[in-house]
Amino acid sequence: MNRILATTASEFRIALRNRWVAIAVILMALFSLVLSAAGSAPTGAVGADRLSVTVASLTSLSVYLVPLVALLMSFDAVAGEVERGTLPLLLTYPVSRGEVLLGKLFAHLAILALAVAVGYGIAAGAAIAVDPGAAGGLPALWRLSWSSVLLGATFLGAGYALSSLARRPSGAAGLAIGLWLGLVVLYDIGLLAAVVADDGGAFTTDVFPLALLANPADAFRLFNLSASEATAAAAGVGGAAGVIPVWQSMLSVLIWPFAALGLATLAFRRVTP
Amino acid sequence: MTSTLTISRLTKSYQGVNALSDVSLAVAPGERVALLGHNGAGKSTMMKVILGLIPYDSGEVSVTGAAPGSGEARRKVAYLPENVAFHPALTGLEQIRHYLALRGESASLAMGLLERVGLAHAAKRRIGTYSKGMRQRVGLAQALIGQPRLLVLDEPTSGLDPVSRRDFYALLDELVAEGAAILLSSHALTEVEARTDRIAILSRGRLVAEGPLADLRRKAALPVTMTVTARNGYAPQIAAALPRGIQAGPTLRLTCAQEEKLAVLGTITGFGDKVADLEVQPPSLEDIYTHFSRRDGQ
Repeated sequence: MNRILATTASEFRIALRNRWVAIAVILMALFSLVLSAAGSAPTGAVGADRLSVTVASLTSLSVYLVPLVALLMSFDAVAGEVERGTLPLLLTYPVSRGEVLLGKLFAHLAILALAVAVGYGIAAGAAIAVDPGAAGGLPALWRLSWSSVLLGATFLGAGYALSSLARRPSGAAGLAIGLWLGLVVLYDIGLLAAVVADDGGAFTTDVFPLALLANPADAFRLFNLSASEATAAAAGVGGAAGVIPVWQSMLSVLIWPFAALGLATLAFRRVTP
Repeated sequence: MTSTLTISRLTKSYQGVNALSDVSLAVAPGERVALLGHNGAGKSTMMKVILGLIPYDSGEVSVTGAAPGSGEARRKVAYLPENVAFHPALTGLEQIRHYLALRGESASLAMGLLERVGLAHAAKRRIGTYSKGMRQRVGLAQALIGQPRLLVLDEPTSGLDPVSRRDFYALLDELVAEGAAILLSSHALTEVEARTDRIAILSRGRLVAEGPLADLRRKAALPVTMTVTARNGYAPQIAAALPRGIQAGPTLRLTCAQEEKLAVLGTITGFGDKVADLEVQPPSLEDIYTHFSRRDGQ
């Protein structure tokens, strides 16, 4: 455990000096501020409290931003060590590769949690300041916060895996952007196109819900939207949220971080220094 | 006495090319062994096998009685890679504290280690601002952590100035006195000559020579070079007595086999006052090294 925490401390320090902590926090804070400013207009029509509406907007924001920040922090984790030439020495120390990855994960996750807390805190503060009844949305905000951190953990793990596979930072960066585009942007577009073409057939009823659960980003969105039913109607994928039980999307949100870390460890084991 | 490092009939190939073939070597506690060889001879490959960083095809490697790369071996082996690198954003002190924690040692030992390698003044500066010699010292400091039983040092003195090199070997001597075994590779043949107990020469993945320098010198049977300086006018007379010499002005240069050395010296001293100066040069390590690696390679 000490070895893991030592790695965490060093990685956190490095991220602090490389401005990654500042970048992540400012990015989340800025987008949250913009969202709460833009989201102040249509509240009355939905009839929900202000914070629940903010949470719905934040869900749509986080599903893009959290994976992006996570991948940006993690793509260099293994490939950077290979390129700098620091990996052979590290691997002669009595520390396992799993411990190295866990140490890095804890540091990056702490930064992400900090950014999420600051960003969501600002948005929640703004909502409560305007609408005294907004405190009713606090459970939804809490749910969004921890599931955002888990979503981040999933994409950090995926980033480490890509970093190990690429072995060069430039290659790893390309793969990371590709993964982000694929899972967060193109995946949904592809599914929607398939649903439209299928026109209510077997794909829509059987494959579509599974496909949503299999993608960590979609599972995250589903979980947060279906859990706060008041705002489900407001979002596009919300329609599917009614079909899939909450426990299923929650399971996907909970399992993915471990699966991603497992994949990362497997990929890292294959790197010969 | 059991060896700290035992390698027997080690073979390792990359895509059909033998990087190491049938190499056997042992290093005892308190022994310093230098590994020599041209670029690509297999020195770094051999070190990586010993450290457990890469697998090997056949043979046996035992490090402090354990398999290379096992937890037991890693706890007792220290490594200094060639061109050692660290994260530029950390300070020397933070980097050493990190390595101490990884070895389960107290992080408070870091400053003492940096003092031992003469880097205390720069301990709180980022490694990104260090010169190559300073990075090499950080590398050396981390190799001293936790009383290692075996030190594997890949070109440890590259980038160090002569004074630092002397300090470095003094540090090694302290470790050796405590019973550590040392395997180091180097291109600086003269310092290896004075500072190691045994020499192993690798050429194209094979161990072509191994033993104390004196043994290798005898085995190579390279000629001794003598330079005789004659007093005014006596040069032709001396040259006539030593027909194999090459005369250049008052000096005469000649080479002879080891066993003839005393006879030739006798002839020269026979001239008494006519000789102003005499210099005897045994074959240098460089000559011996060239002899063994060439005999095999070409």
